[in-house]
Amino acid sequence: MFDFEFVKPSSIVEAARLLGGEGAQALSGGQTLMPTMKQRLAAPSVLVSLTGIAEMKGLSVAAGTLTVGAATPHAVVAAEAARVFPALAALAGGIGDPAVRNRGTIGGSIANNDPSACYPAAVLASGATVVTSKRRIAADDFFQGMFSTALEEGEFVTSVAFPIPEKAAYVKFNQPASRFALTGVFVAKFAGGVRVAVTGASNNGVFRWAEAEAALAKSFTADALQGLGVDDSDMITDLHGTAAYRANLVKVLTGRAVSAAG
Amino acid sequence: MTQVSMTVNGKPVSGEVEGRTLLVQFLREGLGLTGTHVGCDTSQCGACVVHVDGKPVKSCTVFAQDVAGSSVKTIEGMANADGSLGTLQQAFQDHHGLQCGFCTPGMVMSSAALLADNPNPTEAEVRHHLEGNICRCTGYHNIVKAVLTASGQPVAAE
Repeated sequence: MFDFEFVKPSSIVEAARLLGGEGAQALSGGQTLMPTMKQRLAAPSVLVSLTGIAEMKGLSVAAGTLTVGAATPHAVVAAEAARVFPALAALAGGIGDPAVRNRGTIGGSIANNDPSACYPAAVLASGATVVTSKRRIAADDFFQGMFSTALEEGEFVTSVAFPIPEKAAYVKFNQPASRFALTGVFVAKFAGGVRVAVTGASNNGVFRWAEAEAALAKSFTADALQGLGVDDSDMITDLHGTAAYRANLVKVLTGRAVSAAG
Repeated sequence: MTQVSMTVNGKPVSGEVEGRTLLVQFLREGLGLTGTHVGCDTSQCGACVVHVDGKPVKSCTVFAQDVAGSSVKTIEGMANADGSLGTLQQAFQDHHGLQCGFCTPGMVMSSAALLADNPNPTEAEVRHHLEGNICRCTGYHNIVKAVLTASGQPVAAE
């Protein structure tokens, strides 16, 4: 790893100033960025740690919305969201392994937008709002393809505001070595409709399965998915599974998620 | 170089580090605490697990400067005050929960964190909790037996 200057601001304002500098890169839990830097695939000259910013940590609930600070580790979400948004807590508790969950954060996960990461599915299916150092971005506008988001240079996620669904569940088919989602589906039912978000399957990263949303809005049962097909033309093919295999998993896991949501 | 200070196994320590210095490098090369091992260096294997403020983390994937001021516990801090093996360590020895011993520091630290949260885990819970710790010798059975034996008994002080 190339050396860099390490800085750890204690406020969002200070972090935003530091990240405006040339060669500056935000660091959250580091569970993806640090291995990337070890391989010299990233070589920032200044690394700005966001984990010392108190206003970016912790959970709060108000008016049907759960807000999670971007620097909140997965283990904290798994423990503290269990009562108010159990599907989100279960998702957070299934990321990586216990040691990774004590460092990795929701902000880091969605800013990276790995096509197989779990959190983007929850954020998109919940219709969450991504709050950044500059603005508020709807989940539908935030994720823009594999490893790509609406974040601009120097902009970073400060919190994520989740409307709490009536019913929800996340089901993932683990890639057993990495524990990333080979395919994962988050289903969320609200008074106004159903949202289904799929991770791990598409070359374009997390996406919504519109046909399933329409069918589930009429009947929130796994049977409602019968007869729906999943287009595999832009799905991932790798040594773990073909595009057709993943397309099938999308349908199977959506049905399981609907059943689990009850 | 930057001066970094933290508490390691109850003792205040400090040393000079670079931005890129990993916590595990600071422990091993800076403080000479070579009980913590570097296996894969990619946060897969868990040989480098230590506790930071009571929580297990992979010290190969944490920058030393990012945990300045924290309280760190390593395998060297797991023995009893008189130097004898702690309950969990003794259980690993009694059940032959190690062969080459390379993964053992991480296994013990991860297991200690589990028992601190869940003093009477089921076998399935032990196996699930240790999924981020890889052993290439014993095949895990004796490790799981050791953790189950140690459970419910006083674990080495957190």
